[in-house]
Amino acid sequence: MAGTLYADTYPLTALRCRELLEKREASALEIVDAYLARIEAVDGEVGAFLSVLGEDARAQARAVDAKASGERKPWEGVPIALKDILCTKGLETTCGSRILAGYVPPYDASVVAKLRAEGLIFLGKLNMDEFAMGSSNETSAYQITRNPWDLDRVPGGSSGGSAASVAAGEAPWSLGSDTGGSIRQPASLCGVVGMKPTYGAVSRYGLIAFASSLDQIGPFARTVRDAAALLDLISFRDPYDSTSLGLPEPLTLPTAVDLAGLRFGIIREYLGEACEPGVREVFNDAVAAIHALGGVCEEVSLPSVERGIAAYYIIAPAECSANLARFDGVRFGHRASGATDLMDMYTRTRSEGFGPEVTRRIMIGTYALSAGYYDAYYGQAQRTRTIIIEDFKQAFERFDFLVSPTSPTVAFKLGERMEDPLAMYLSDLCTIPVNLAGLPGLSLPGGASQGLPVGVQLVGPHFSEQGLFEAAHALEQKLAVKARPAGIGGGQ
Amino acid sequence: MISREEVIHVARLARLRFDDDEIGRLQHELSTIIDYIARLNEFDLAGVAPTAHAVDVKNVFRADEPRACLTQEEALANAPAVECGHFLVPRIGEG
Repeated sequence: MAGTLYADTYPLTALRCRELLEKREASALEIVDAYLARIEAVDGEVGAFLSVLGEDARAQARAVDAKASGERKPWEGVPIALKDILCTKGLETTCGSRILAGYVPPYDASVVAKLRAEGLIFLGKLNMDEFAMGSSNETSAYQITRNPWDLDRVPGGSSGGSAASVAAGEAPWSLGSDTGGSIRQPASLCGVVGMKPTYGAVSRYGLIAFASSLDQIGPFARTVRDAAALLDLISFRDPYDSTSLGLPEPLTLPTAVDLAGLRFGIIREYLGEACEPGVREVFNDAVAAIHALGGVCEEVSLPSVERGIAAYYIIAPAECSANLARFDGVRFGHRASGATDLMDMYTRTRSEGFGPEVTRRIMIGTYALSAGYYDAYYGQAQRTRTIIIEDFKQAFERFDFLVSPTSPTVAFKLGERMEDPLAMYLSDLCTIPVNLAGLPGLSLPGGASQGLPVGVQLVGPHFSEQGLFEAAHALEQKLAVKARPAGIGGGQ
Repeated sequence: MISREEVIHVARLARLRFDDDEIGRLQHELSTIIDYIARLNEFDLAGVAPTAHAVDVKNVFRADEPRACLTQEEALANAPAVECGHFLVPRIGEG
């Protein structure tokens, strides 16, 4: 296998790609070709990509190379890969589901249109759990994605392809989406940086909806600085999404070298029995690093977060049961044959098109919203959400940021949790309450346990993205986690 | 435990259909999940306002002006069946 490619592309950050292009030390075509070769070499094992845009990407790269430096936008020619939940005009978008096989959107998601306008080059679309429902990528209707650190293990989910592609050096950065942890948990399990912005920071237009009050698009990257740069590109107020607000100020690349004067609350509820000892060890080292950087860490209790999963598994299925009503075989996607009438067509189409996890959640949501149960389930969940928001508000009166492990465990084995939905849901114990409260949360690599990555989660108040990136950057420099996945590339 | 009839009723509401084995599986799985989420009812939340939106937002207005939209052809391009510029579906009621 091409060792030079591994050496050349693997460590590249998006900022380094930009610099190589600016200084004309590499052409856009060379960079794109290097990533395409890397995908060719390792994606048979990793399985991160559902589709790869070889010729389109090369043609775009040649066009960039033909431009004078002064005519280029800052990120023009830098490659990126996209989770297949984002609508891409003229490119098949499946959301990991059979029901959308062959669907070619007639429009771009707003974030996709923005990245096109900035001249980024799309390498392809990334595998995911079907309709983003899952924590391991195993509910995808199309293929298994494997963790680059250990090919017998899951990459996490639902943005497992987004995390694995960056971890495997197949893309310098990628976009994912996070409803209950779907960016942060796979980032943690694959040893990359993943960020879920404040609800409303990024437009959801063209993001295929799962649970609209929780969904946010966000970046995956090799470094905190890259993640900040990508969020800066995609955060804006969008007239096509009336819940989008953008960020109060444009983000700048983080430069903090210490954490002096900052107070970090350690969420006590996340260090209990569910948290593996190996994860706790890495987390304790991260806390020591925060101390060493001049930050103050103290335990804080947020008693309501333990109810987060229960509230989430009412709210998210309820919203998904409404959002997925649009998949009815009339306007797009799969339609069953042999139906006797319209109702039969709807029912056959949906039963054939959706996989077991999606139908399970539609069933939970429909049950929770059905006559007689609405207040006991949905009403109670939304009131619990208020309590969770209040707990976070109180914590942020005392602390600048909250810190916890991102996932209570390292990457688990393929198949290990597929027979037990509830065990799978508990993978998102530490991330779900952050979505319920609409807060920004970031996972950065903290170290390894059993040779597998462990992520540290930082959470801030609404719209504290700049501060969150600064703190994460300082911590990242101090921790200096350098390890690379050993599972692929012949151990080069 | 959720009954077979309840599973079938909810499936009908959701426009889904399951065979006998799947109904049995769903009875078990949904019961486990619903037992778990029902623990929220152990807490007295009387007087707590439900949250609909986690971030404060005000109404968003824009000028009501025409702007470009999909053409009829684009809107129909992904449809499984089309006739005379319309979405074609099976008959709705008894013929």
